[in-house]
Amino acid sequence: MNGVHDLGGMHGMGPIQQEVNEPVFHQPWEGRAYAMTRAMGLWRLWNLDASRFQRELIAPVDYFRTSYYERWIAGLVELMLKAKLVTRTEMDSGRPDEGAAVRTPALTADKVPALIAKGVPARRDAKVAASFRAGQRVRARNINPVGHTRLPRYARGKLGTVDRDHGVFVFPDTNAHFLGETPQHVYSVRFDARELWGEQANRRDSVYVDMWDAYLEPA
Amino acid sequence: MTATRRDLLTAALTAAGAAVTPDLTRAQEHEHEHEHGHDHDQDHQAVPSDPALRVKALESLLVAKGLVDRAALDALIDTYEHRVGPRNGARVVARAWTDPAYKQRLLSDPDAALAELGYGGLQGEHMVVVENTPQVHNLVVCTLCSCYPWPVLGLPPVWYKSAPYRSRAVIDPRGVLREFGLELPENVELRVWDSTAELRYLVLPERPAGSDGWTEETLAARVTRDAMIGVAKIAIASKGDQA
Repeated sequence: MNGVHDLGGMHGMGPIQQEVNEPVFHQPWEGRAYAMTRAMGLWRLWNLDASRFQRELIAPVDYFRTSYYERWIAGLVELMLKAKLVTRTEMDSGRPDEGAAVRTPALTADKVPALIAKGVPARRDAKVAASFRAGQRVRARNINPVGHTRLPRYARGKLGTVDRDHGVFVFPDTNAHFLGETPQHVYSVRFDARELWGEQANRRDSVYVDMWDAYLEPA
Repeated sequence: MTATRRDLLTAALTAAGAAVTPDLTRAQEHEHEHEHGHDHDQDHQAVPSDPALRVKALESLLVAKGLVDRAALDALIDTYEHRVGPRNGARVVARAWTDPAYKQRLLSDPDAALAELGYGGLQGEHMVVVENTPQVHNLVVCTLCSCYPWPVLGLPPVWYKSAPYRSRAVIDPRGVLREFGLELPENVELRVWDSTAELRYLVLPERPAGSDGWTEETLAARVTRDAMIGVAKIAIASKGDQA
Protein backbone atom coordinates (compact mmCIF):
# COMPACT_ATOMS: atom_id res chain seq x y z
CA MET A 1 0.00 0.00 0.00
CA ASN A 2 1.11 3.54 -0.66
CA GLY A 3 1.35 4.30 3.04
CA VAL A 4 3.38 6.74 5.09
CA HIS A 5 5.60 3.89 6.25
CA ASP A 6 7.16 4.05 2.77
CA LEU A 7 9.42 6.91 3.75
CA GLY A 8 12.31 6.75 1.32
CA GLY A 9 12.90 10.12 -0.33
CA MET A 10 10.45 12.18 1.73
CA HIS A 11 11.41 15.64 2.94
CA GLY A 12 10.56 17.55 6.07
CA MET A 13 11.00 14.84 8.67
CA GLY A 14 13.47 16.91 10.67
CA PRO A 15 16.93 16.22 12.05
CA ILE A 16 18.10 12.77 13.10
CA GLN A 17 17.98 12.59 16.88
CA GLN A 18 20.90 10.63 18.18
CA GLU A 19 21.06 9.55 21.79
CA VAL A 20 24.26 8.88 23.68
CA ASN A 21 24.37 5.58 25.60
CA GLU A 22 20.90 4.70 24.43
CA PRO A 23 19.27 1.86 26.37
CA VAL A 24 17.88 -1.12 24.46
CA PHE A 25 14.45 -0.34 25.90
CA HIS A 26 13.63 3.14 27.19
CA GLN A 27 10.90 1.91 29.52
CA PRO A 28 10.17 -1.56 30.84
CA TRP A 29 6.89 -1.64 28.88
CA GLU A 30 8.82 -1.39 25.61
CA GLY A 31 10.60 -4.62 26.42
CA ARG A 32 7.30 -6.29 27.36
CA ALA A 33 5.72 -5.05 24.10
CA TYR A 34 8.66 -6.36 22.12
CA ALA A 35 8.67 -9.74 23.86
CA MET A 36 4.90 -10.24 23.72
CA THR A 37 4.93 -9.59 19.99
CA ARG A 38 7.68 -12.19 19.57
CA ALA A 39 6.01 -14.71 21.85
CA MET A 40 2.58 -14.38 20.24
CA GLY A 41 4.10 -14.94 16.81
CA LEU A 42 4.91 -18.47 17.94
CA TRP A 43 1.23 -19.37 17.74
CA ARG A 44 1.89 -19.30 13.99
CA LEU A 45 -1.51 -17.79 13.27
CA TRP A 46 0.07 -14.98 11.31
CA ASN A 47 3.49 -14.31 9.83
CA LEU A 48 6.12 -11.60 9.75
CA ASP A 49 4.69 -10.05 6.58
CA ALA A 50 1.17 -9.95 8.02
CA SER A 51 2.44 -8.25 11.17
CA ARG A 52 4.31 -5.64 9.12
CA PHE A 53 1.18 -5.00 7.06
CA GLN A 54 -0.90 -4.61 10.21
CA ARG A 55 1.40 -1.82 11.37
CA GLU A 56 1.21 -0.18 7.94
CA LEU A 57 -2.57 0.11 8.41
CA ILE A 58 -2.12 2.56 11.28
CA ALA A 59 -3.50 5.94 10.18
CA PRO A 60 -0.82 8.41 9.03
CA VAL A 61 -1.29 10.94 11.82
CA ASP A 62 -0.95 8.20 14.43
CA TYR A 63 1.94 6.52 12.66
CA PHE A 64 4.04 9.62 13.19
CA ARG A 65 2.77 10.59 16.63
CA THR A 66 3.05 7.22 18.33
CA SER A 67 6.29 5.59 19.31
CA TYR A 68 7.69 2.48 17.70
CA TYR A 69 6.54 0.01 20.33
CA GLU A 70 3.11 1.65 20.62
CA ARG A 71 2.68 0.74 16.96
CA TRP A 72 3.82 -2.81 17.70
CA ILE A 73 1.20 -3.18 20.41
CA ALA A 74 -1.53 -1.71 18.21
CA GLY A 75 -0.64 -4.19 15.49
CA LEU A 76 -0.40 -7.12 17.89
CA VAL A 77 -3.83 -6.49 19.39
CA GLU A 78 -5.46 -6.42 15.98
CA LEU A 79 -3.69 -9.61 14.86
CA MET A 80 -4.82 -11.40 18.03
CA LEU A 81 -8.41 -10.30 17.51
CA LYS A 82 -8.42 -11.45 13.90
CA ALA A 83 -6.91 -14.79 14.92
CA LYS A 84 -9.51 -15.08 17.71
CA LEU A 85 -6.84 -15.50 20.36
CA VAL A 86 -8.57 -12.74 22.31
CA THR A 87 -12.05 -11.26 22.07
CA ARG A 88 -13.19 -7.65 22.17
CA THR A 89 -14.94 -8.27 25.47
CA GLU A 90 -11.67 -9.53 26.91
CA MET A 91 -9.90 -6.44 25.65
CA ASP A 92 -12.57 -4.32 27.34
CA SER A 93 -12.65 -6.18 30.64
CA GLY A 94 -8.99 -7.14 30.91
CA ARG A 95 -10.05 -10.63 32.00
CA PRO A 96 -10.64 -13.88 30.13
CA ASP A 97 -14.24 -14.39 29.05
CA GLU A 98 -16.38 -16.72 31.13
CA GLY A 99 -15.50 -20.26 30.13
CA ALA A 100 -12.60 -19.23 27.90
CA ALA A 101 -10.03 -21.98 27.44
CA VAL A 102 -6.77 -21.58 29.29
CA ARG A 103 -4.02 -22.61 26.94
CA THR A 104 -0.41 -23.61 27.34
CA PRO A 105 1.87 -20.84 26.06
CA ALA A 106 3.35 -21.49 22.61
CA LEU A 107 6.66 -20.01 23.69
CA THR A 108 8.07 -21.05 27.03
CA ALA A 109 11.33 -19.81 28.49
CA ASP A 110 13.15 -23.05 27.68
CA LYS A 111 12.38 -22.56 23.97
CA VAL A 112 13.68 -18.97 23.78
CA PRO A 113 17.35 -19.80 23.09
CA ALA A 114 16.40 -22.08 20.18
CA LEU A 115 14.03 -19.48 18.74
CA ILE A 116 16.75 -16.85 18.78
CA ALA A 117 19.43 -19.22 17.47
CA LYS A 118 17.35 -20.62 14.62
CA GLY A 119 15.26 -17.61 13.74
CA VAL A 120 12.54 -17.80 11.13
CA PRO A 121 14.29 -18.31 7.79
CA ALA A 122 12.49 -16.86 4.77
CA ARG A 123 14.69 -18.56 2.18
CA ARG A 124 13.14 -21.61 0.50
CA ASP A 125 14.65 -24.62 -1.25
CA ALA A 126 11.94 -24.55 -3.91
CA LYS A 127 13.25 -24.93 -7.45
CA VAL A 128 12.04 -21.73 -9.06
CA ALA A 129 13.50 -20.38 -12.27
CA ALA A 130 15.23 -17.01 -12.04
CA SER A 131 13.87 -14.53 -14.60
CA PHE A 132 16.94 -12.32 -14.28
CA ARG A 133 20.68 -12.72 -13.86
CA ALA A 134 23.47 -10.65 -12.37
CA GLY A 135 24.51 -7.84 -14.67
CA GLN A 136 21.16 -7.63 -16.42
CA ARG A 137 19.42 -4.28 -16.87
CA VAL A 138 15.97 -4.30 -15.32
CA ARG A 139 13.14 -1.92 -14.62
CA ALA A 140 11.19 -1.96 -11.37
CA ARG A 141 7.55 -2.38 -12.23
CA ASN A 142 5.24 0.55 -11.68
CA ILE A 143 2.74 -1.21 -9.44
CA ASN A 144 0.58 0.31 -6.72
CA PRO A 145 -0.99 -2.58 -4.80
CA VAL A 146 -3.40 -1.66 -2.03
CA GLY A 147 -2.10 -4.63 -0.03
CA HIS A 148 1.34 -5.25 1.43
CA THR A 149 4.38 -4.78 -0.77
CA ARG A 150 8.08 -4.32 -0.19
CA LEU A 151 8.65 -2.43 -3.41
CA PRO A 152 9.29 1.14 -2.24
CA ARG A 153 7.67 3.91 -4.25
CA TYR A 154 10.95 5.67 -4.94
CA ALA A 155 12.16 2.70 -7.02
CA ARG A 156 9.03 2.07 -9.06
CA GLY A 157 9.47 2.54 -12.79
CA LYS A 158 13.23 3.09 -12.38
CA LEU A 159 16.03 1.43 -14.30
CA GLY A 160 18.61 -0.60 -12.47
CA THR A 161 21.11 -3.42 -12.79
CA VAL A 162 20.90 -6.78 -11.05
CA ASP A 163 23.90 -6.91 -8.74
CA ARG A 164 23.35 -10.41 -7.38
CA ASP A 165 20.78 -13.14 -6.98
CA HIS A 166 20.10 -13.85 -3.29
CA GLY A 167 18.19 -17.06 -3.97
CA VAL A 168 14.56 -18.01 -3.44
CA PHE A 169 12.46 -16.37 -0.73
CA VAL A 170 8.89 -16.12 0.53
CA PHE A 171 6.97 -13.37 -1.31
CA PRO A 172 5.54 -10.82 1.16
CA ASP A 173 2.87 -9.49 -1.19
CA THR A 174 0.96 -12.79 -1.01
CA ASN A 175 2.22 -14.13 2.31
CA ALA A 176 1.04 -11.07 4.24
CA HIS A 177 -2.49 -11.83 3.09
CA PHE A 178 -2.30 -15.59 3.74
CA LEU A 179 -2.41 -16.25 -0.01
CA GLY A 180 0.61 -18.51 -0.01
CA GLU A 181 4.38 -18.08 0.06
CA THR A 182 4.80 -17.82 -3.74
CA PRO A 183 8.56 -18.49 -3.40
CA GLN A 184 10.66 -16.64 -5.96
CA HIS A 185 14.11 -15.21 -6.51
CA VAL A 186 15.18 -12.06 -4.72
CA TYR A 187 17.84 -9.88 -6.31
CA SER A 188 19.89 -7.00 -5.13
CA VAL A 189 19.27 -4.34 -7.75
CA ARG A 190 21.58 -1.35 -8.04
CA PHE A 191 20.05 1.98 -8.96
CA ASP A 192 22.17 4.99 -9.79
CA ALA A 193 21.27 7.79 -7.39
CA ARG A 194 20.68 10.04 -10.42
CA GLU A 195 18.18 7.58 -11.91
CA LEU A 196 16.22 7.79 -8.65
CA TRP A 197 16.63 11.43 -7.73
CA GLY A 198 17.83 13.30 -10.80
CA GLU A 199 20.77 15.61 -11.30
CA GLN A 200 20.85 16.76 -7.69
CA ALA A 201 22.27 13.38 -6.67
CA ASN A 202 25.96 12.62 -6.59
CA ARG A 203 26.97 10.72 -9.71
CA ARG A 204 29.04 8.28 -7.65
CA ASP A 205 26.18 7.26 -5.41
CA SER A 206 23.79 4.38 -5.74
CA VAL A 207 21.03 2.64 -3.83
CA TYR A 208 20.78 -1.15 -3.70
CA VAL A 209 17.24 -2.42 -3.24
CA ASP A 210 16.32 -6.05 -2.64
CA MET A 211 13.70 -6.94 -5.22
CA TRP A 212 11.51 -9.99 -5.69
CA ASP A 213 11.28 -11.42 -9.19
CA ALA A 214 7.67 -10.20 -9.56
CA TYR A 215 8.79 -6.59 -8.97
CA LEU A 216 10.99 -6.53 -12.06
CA GLU A 217 10.71 -6.52 -15.83
CA PRO A 218 13.48 -6.70 -18.43
CA ALA A 219 14.74 -3.32 -19.59
CA MET B 1 -0.51 11.89 30.81
CA THR B 2 -2.93 14.44 29.51
CA ALA B 3 -6.36 13.72 28.12
CA THR B 4 -5.01 14.71 24.74
CA ARG B 5 -2.37 12.05 24.91
CA ARG B 6 -4.91 9.45 26.00
CA ASP B 7 -7.23 10.35 23.14
CA LEU B 8 -4.38 10.13 20.73
CA LEU B 9 -3.43 6.62 21.77
CA THR B 10 -7.03 5.57 21.60
CA ALA B 11 -7.14 6.97 18.11
CA ALA B 12 -4.01 5.08 17.17
CA LEU B 13 -5.55 1.77 18.12
CA THR B 14 -8.82 2.60 16.44
CA ALA B 15 -7.01 3.48 13.28
CA ALA B 16 -5.25 0.14 13.32
CA GLY B 17 -8.60 -1.52 13.68
CA ALA B 18 -7.67 -2.70 17.14
CA ALA B 19 -9.89 -2.80 20.14
CA VAL B 20 -9.55 0.27 22.27
CA THR B 21 -8.92 -0.67 25.85
CA PRO B 22 -9.79 2.17 28.17
CA ASP B 23 -11.58 -0.16 30.58
CA LEU B 24 -8.72 -2.59 30.50
CA THR B 25 -6.37 0.24 31.30
CA ARG B 26 -8.43 1.54 34.18
CA ALA B 27 -8.92 -1.93 35.59
CA GLN B 28 -5.19 -2.31 35.99
CA GLU B 29 -4.36 1.18 37.11
CA HIS B 30 -4.59 0.51 40.81
CA GLU B 31 -2.45 -2.58 40.66
CA HIS B 32 0.15 -0.82 38.59
CA GLU B 33 0.44 2.21 40.81
CA HIS B 34 0.68 -0.01 43.83
CA GLU B 35 3.61 -1.91 42.41
CA HIS B 36 5.13 1.26 41.11
CA GLY B 37 5.20 2.75 44.56
CA HIS B 38 7.70 0.18 45.69
CA ASP B 39 10.07 0.84 42.85
CA HIS B 40 10.23 4.60 42.85
CA ASP B 41 10.16 6.86 45.82
CA GLN B 42 9.63 9.98 43.79
CA ASP B 43 6.23 11.42 43.00
CA HIS B 44 3.71 8.69 43.80
CA GLN B 45 0.97 10.65 42.14
CA ALA B 46 2.67 10.53 38.78
CA VAL B 47 0.47 8.50 36.49
CA PRO B 48 2.46 6.08 34.39
CA SER B 49 2.26 6.71 30.68
CA ASP B 50 -0.67 5.15 28.87
CA PRO B 51 1.35 2.64 26.90
CA ALA B 52 2.84 1.33 30.14
CA LEU B 53 -0.65 0.76 31.53
CA ARG B 54 -1.99 -0.76 28.38
CA VAL B 55 0.93 -3.13 27.94
CA LYS B 56 0.77 -4.24 31.55
CA ALA B 57 -2.96 -4.89 31.23
CA LEU B 58 -2.46 -6.76 28.00
CA GLU B 59 0.24 -8.93 29.51
CA SER B 60 -2.01 -9.79 32.47
CA LEU B 61 -4.78 -10.85 30.09
CA LEU B 62 -2.49 -12.94 27.89
CA VAL B 63 -0.95 -14.65 30.91
CA ALA B 64 -4.41 -15.39 32.34
CA LYS B 65 -5.40 -16.96 29.03
CA GLY B 66 -2.24 -19.04 28.90
CA LEU B 67 -1.14 -17.33 25.70
CA VAL B 68 2.20 -16.06 26.95
CA ASP B 69 4.64 -17.22 29.58
CA ARG B 70 6.09 -14.41 31.68
CA ALA B 71 9.39 -16.24 32.01
CA ALA B 72 9.65 -16.43 28.22
CA LEU B 73 9.12 -12.67 27.99
CA ASP B 74 11.80 -12.14 30.64
CA ALA B 75 14.20 -14.39 28.70
CA LEU B 76 13.62 -12.52 25.44
CA ILE B 77 14.18 -9.15 27.09
CA ASP B 78 17.25 -10.37 28.92
CA THR B 79 18.73 -11.66 25.67
CA TYR B 80 18.57 -8.32 23.90
CA GLU B 81 19.40 -6.23 26.96
CA HIS B 82 22.39 -8.25 28.05
CA ARG B 83 23.54 -10.90 25.57
CA VAL B 84 23.01 -9.80 21.99
CA GLY B 85 24.30 -6.42 20.87
CA PRO B 86 26.95 -4.59 18.87
CA ARG B 87 29.75 -6.28 20.79
CA ASN B 88 28.96 -9.35 18.69
CA GLY B 89 29.42 -7.45 15.46
CA ALA B 90 32.58 -5.83 16.79
CA ARG B 91 34.08 -9.25 17.41
CA VAL B 92 33.27 -10.26 13.84
CA VAL B 93 34.85 -7.11 12.44
CA ALA B 94 38.01 -7.50 14.53
CA ARG B 95 38.34 -11.11 13.41
CA ALA B 96 37.98 -10.07 9.77
CA TRP B 97 40.66 -7.40 10.23
CA THR B 98 43.15 -9.82 11.73
CA ASP B 99 42.40 -12.97 9.73
CA PRO B 100 42.32 -12.46 5.94
CA ALA B 101 40.93 -15.94 5.30
CA TYR B 102 38.08 -15.25 7.72
CA LYS B 103 37.40 -11.94 6.01
CA GLN B 104 37.11 -13.71 2.67
CA ARG B 105 34.64 -16.20 4.12
CA LEU B 106 32.70 -13.40 5.78
CA LEU B 107 32.24 -11.58 2.49
CA SER B 108 31.57 -14.64 0.34
CA ASP B 109 29.52 -16.79 2.73
CA PRO B 110 28.49 -14.55 5.62
CA ASP B 111 26.01 -16.92 7.26
CA ALA B 112 28.63 -19.65 7.61
CA ALA B 113 31.37 -17.23 8.69
CA LEU B 114 29.13 -15.65 11.35
CA ALA B 115 28.11 -19.09 12.57
CA GLU B 116 31.79 -19.84 13.17
CA LEU B 117 31.67 -17.22 15.93
CA GLY B 118 28.27 -18.40 17.11
CA TYR B 119 26.16 -15.69 15.53
CA GLY B 120 23.03 -16.13 13.45
CA GLY B 121 19.31 -16.70 13.83
CA LEU B 122 16.48 -14.31 14.49
CA GLN B 123 16.54 -11.32 12.12
CA GLY B 124 19.94 -12.36 10.86
CA GLU B 125 19.00 -15.58 9.13
CA HIS B 126 20.31 -14.34 5.78
CA MET B 127 23.21 -11.94 6.08
CA VAL B 128 25.14 -9.79 3.64
CA VAL B 129 28.43 -8.15 4.66
CA VAL B 130 29.54 -5.11 2.68
CA GLU B 131 33.10 -3.84 2.93
CA ASN B 132 34.19 -0.24 3.26
CA THR B 133 37.41 0.67 1.46
CA PRO B 134 39.16 3.96 0.73
CA GLN B 135 37.12 4.06 -2.51
CA VAL B 136 33.73 2.75 -1.35
CA HIS B 137 31.55 3.60 1.65
CA ASN B 138 28.42 1.61 2.54
CA LEU B 139 25.35 2.76 4.46
CA VAL B 140 22.47 0.56 5.66
CA VAL B 141 18.84 1.62 6.06
CA CYS B 142 15.36 0.14 6.10
CA THR B 143 13.10 2.74 4.50
CA LEU B 144 9.94 0.65 4.93
CA CYS B 145 10.22 -0.37 8.59
CA SER B 146 13.16 -1.18 10.87
CA CYS B 147 15.03 -4.20 9.48
CA TYR B 148 18.39 -4.55 11.20
CA PRO B 149 20.84 -7.42 11.79
CA TRP B 150 19.92 -8.39 15.35
CA PRO B 151 22.42 -11.22 15.94
CA VAL B 152 25.40 -8.94 15.34
CA LEU B 153 24.06 -5.49 16.33
CA GLY B 154 21.18 -6.20 18.72
CA LEU B 155 17.98 -4.18 18.46
CA PRO B 156 18.22 -0.92 16.49
CA PRO B 157 18.54 2.51 18.09
CA VAL B 158 15.53 4.82 17.87
CA TRP B 159 17.12 7.06 15.23
CA TYR B 160 17.55 4.10 12.87
CA LYS B 161 13.80 3.41 13.08
CA SER B 162 12.84 7.06 12.83
CA ALA B 163 11.32 8.97 9.91
CA PRO B 164 14.23 11.44 9.54
CA TYR B 165 16.80 8.68 8.94
CA ARG B 166 14.58 6.39 6.88
CA SER B 167 13.41 9.20 4.59
CA ARG B 168 16.76 10.82 3.91
CA ALA B 169 19.26 7.93 3.89
CA VAL B 170 18.34 7.13 0.28
CA ILE B 171 17.85 10.62 -1.17
CA ASP B 172 20.53 12.52 0.73
CA PRO B 173 22.94 9.99 2.18
CA ARG B 174 25.87 12.39 2.24
CA GLY B 175 23.76 14.87 4.18
CA VAL B 176 22.88 12.14 6.64
CA LEU B 177 26.54 11.24 7.08
CA ARG B 178 27.36 14.91 7.64
CA GLU B 179 24.75 14.98 10.37
CA PHE B 180 26.65 12.13 12.03
CA GLY B 181 29.85 14.13 11.69
CA LEU B 182 31.22 12.27 8.69
CA GLU B 183 32.16 14.31 5.63
CA LEU B 184 32.59 11.79 2.84
CA PRO B 185 35.14 12.91 0.24
CA GLU B 186 33.60 13.69 -3.14
CA ASN B 187 35.59 10.97 -4.89
CA VAL B 188 34.42 8.16 -2.59
CA GLU B 189 31.60 6.03 -3.99
CA LEU B 190 28.63 5.77 -1.63
CA ARG B 191 26.42 2.68 -1.70
CA VAL B 192 23.18 2.72 0.25
CA TRP B 193 21.60 -0.65 1.07
CA ASP B 194 17.84 -0.52 1.60
CA SER B 195 16.82 -3.65 3.57
CA THR B 196 13.55 -4.25 1.74
CA ALA B 197 13.72 -8.07 1.89
CA GLU B 198 14.87 -10.63 4.45
CA LEU B 199 18.55 -9.99 3.83
CA ARG B 200 20.24 -8.19 6.70
CA TYR B 201 23.27 -5.99 6.15
CA LEU B 202 26.43 -5.49 8.17
CA VAL B 203 29.07 -2.97 7.18
CA LEU B 204 32.65 -4.12 7.57
CA PRO B 205 34.37 -0.81 8.40
CA GLU B 206 37.89 0.12 7.39
CA ARG B 207 40.51 -0.81 9.91
CA PRO B 208 41.85 2.39 11.45
CA ALA B 209 45.35 3.45 10.47
CA GLY B 210 47.96 2.99 13.16
CA SER B 211 46.40 -0.15 14.61
CA ASP B 212 49.00 -2.56 13.24
CA GLY B 213 49.83 -5.30 15.66
CA TRP B 214 46.86 -4.70 17.92
CA THR B 215 45.16 -7.74 19.34
CA GLU B 216 41.74 -8.79 18.18
CA GLU B 217 40.30 -7.78 21.56
CA THR B 218 41.82 -4.31 21.44
CA LEU B 219 40.54 -3.81 17.93
CA ALA B 220 37.05 -5.06 18.81
CA ALA B 221 36.83 -2.50 21.60
CA ARG B 222 37.21 0.27 19.01
CA VAL B 223 34.48 -0.95 16.67
CA THR B 224 31.25 1.00 17.08
CA ARG B 225 27.66 0.20 16.25
CA ASP B 226 27.44 3.30 14.07
CA ALA B 227 30.44 2.21 12.01
CA MET B 228 28.77 -1.15 11.37
CA ILE B 229 25.62 0.65 10.12
CA GLY B 230 27.80 2.92 8.01
CA VAL B 231 27.02 6.30 9.58
CA ALA B 232 30.51 6.60 11.05
CA LYS B 233 34.08 5.58 10.52
CA ILE B 234 36.27 4.20 13.22
CA ALA B 235 38.38 6.89 14.77
CA ILE B 236 42.05 7.07 13.86
CA ALA B 237 43.90 5.25 16.54
CA SER B 238 46.37 6.98 18.80
CA LYS B 239 49.17 5.25 20.63
CA GLY B 240 47.51 5.52 23.98
CA ASP B 241 44.59 3.47 22.76
CA GLN B 242 46.48 0.24 22.77
CA ALA B 243 46.72 0.11 26.53
